[in-house]
Amino acid sequence: MVEFDGVGLRYGPDAEILSDISFNLQPGSFYFLTGASGAGKTSLLRMLYLAQRPSRGIVRLFGEDLVAMPRHRLPGFRRRIGVVFQDFRLIPHLSARDNIALPLRIAGVSEEDLSGPVGEMLSWIGLGDRAEARPATLSGGEQQRVAIARAVIARPQLLVADEPTGNVDPDMAMRLLGLFEALNRLGTTVVVATHDIHLISRIENAQMMRLERGRLSDPTGALRYPPANRT
Amino acid sequence: MIIPRVPVQHRRLLPDRRLSGPTPWVIAILMMLTLLAAAAGVGLARSAGAIGNAIAGRVTVQIVTANPATRAGQAAALRRAATARPFVLSARAVGQEELRATLGQWFGSAEGDDPLLKSLPLPALVDIDLAGGDRNGHMRALRALVAREAPGARIIPHAEWLGPVARLIRSLAWIAGAMVLLMTAASAAIVIMTARAALGTHFATIEMLHLIGATDRQITRLFQRRIAIDTAYGIALGSAVAAAILLLIGWQWSGVTAGLAATASLGPAGWALLLALPLLAIALAALTARQTLLAALKKIL
Repeated sequence: MVEFDGVGLRYGPDAEILSDISFNLQPGSFYFLTGASGAGKTSLLRMLYLAQRPSRGIVRLFGEDLVAMPRHRLPGFRRRIGVVFQDFRLIPHLSARDNIALPLRIAGVSEEDLSGPVGEMLSWIGLGDRAEARPATLSGGEQQRVAIARAVIARPQLLVADEPTGNVDPDMAMRLLGLFEALNRLGTTVVVATHDIHLISRIENAQMMRLERGRLSDPTGALRYPPANRT
Repeated sequence: MIIPRVPVQHRRLLPDRRLSGPTPWVIAILMMLTLLAAAAGVGLARSAGAIGNAIAGRVTVQIVTANPATRAGQAAALRRAATARPFVLSARAVGQEELRATLGQWFGSAEGDDPLLKSLPLPALVDIDLAGGDRNGHMRALRALVAREAPGARIIPHAEWLGPVARLIRSLAWIAGAMVLLMTAASAAIVIMTARAALGTHFATIEMLHLIGATDRQITRLFQRRIAIDTAYGIALGSAVAAAILLLIGWQWSGVTAGLAATASLGPAGWALLLALPLLAIALAALTARQTLLAALKKIL
């Protein structure tokens, strides 16, 4: 589903902040991305959700080379990726319902066709009665649930979350993780960047990707050559 | 489409308040000045054209022979001879009463019945309008005719003394046109700044829209529509004030019937231009906003 081969990233003339990143994400898998602050987690995720092109190397997503892909084709790929941020990034003047409906509206789904899925999503995240609330009136956990609902409403094949539990209490963190797990069971590939070691231990079969000083630690080669791909 | 169609639900992606702060007011002032400058330019250009046409082929022959009877006879003979020539459109001897009435305005006697004025020997004048075409050739023929019918008479082409005035008016018209262009450029610059400021203010929203798969076209239409509407308010206000000023000036101008002032008018084409300018300004604002937004969005992956 996602293949990074020898990827490096630098901003301007400075030294690379990510070097020789190679991995292969399998469809329907669950990955945790860990590493110290400044290790390059967010930069790696930005390349995953197509906010940044690499400085070198090959990035293949859904079977297509994204490095050389013309810019006008990127929106079509972005619609197959859901993104969740630590700071939620909800649009402040839109209601929870409108924030969740955003990806469907952008994709051109009619109002008639999107009301059902949005209602279901609000119920799924337990905010059916707060549909018209603005983000400012929601708690951190509620805002993050809205952000997750927005990320998954269009049924993305890949879900990328950057420290999604960083601004919520431990109980809410567990509930949010439950949402990611449920999505993963439905077939979505999930990549979650986190510092929280307790979180990592809660998901069975999750694989860990560890970044150290801009390099991916892969001592067994399992990330680069997943068992399913080995010959 | 000057103001692009955007679905109602998409319009809500931007907050309800106006994007552009004082831009509509600045645009209103610039639009008003643009329209006034354009009106002045059109009026002056038409005036210069009218004067140019009027004086291009007109000459006055001044007969200064001392004997009044000979003077009058030469004037009448010249008029008759000129009228018969194919290169002359018309010839008219200016009556002595008409001359005295004209001079009387300087002597403080509107009727021209001042005794001193009556005692003055006045030259005989013949106004001649030459036909178009070979004006130099016509002038040579006229000089020959005048030398035969009224030896010693002076030929005064009107273009000699009214030409500089026409050129001055024409220069003023060009300056007015340049002012229109400069103010149009200033308006476009303001729209560019507004579009960039709007992008900066709403960058987080734009980035999120990008990440969920919005195309540049979708985002651009959203901002383009809002900026075009904000700008249209300014243009409408500026146009209304300019229209009021022009109508007031037009009403006052209608009382001026003498001299060069009477030649200044906008004409149907001028009015059509003034009506078209606000629409062109809205189109320019929308196009400028669109290009600015697209260029800025291309810098974001």
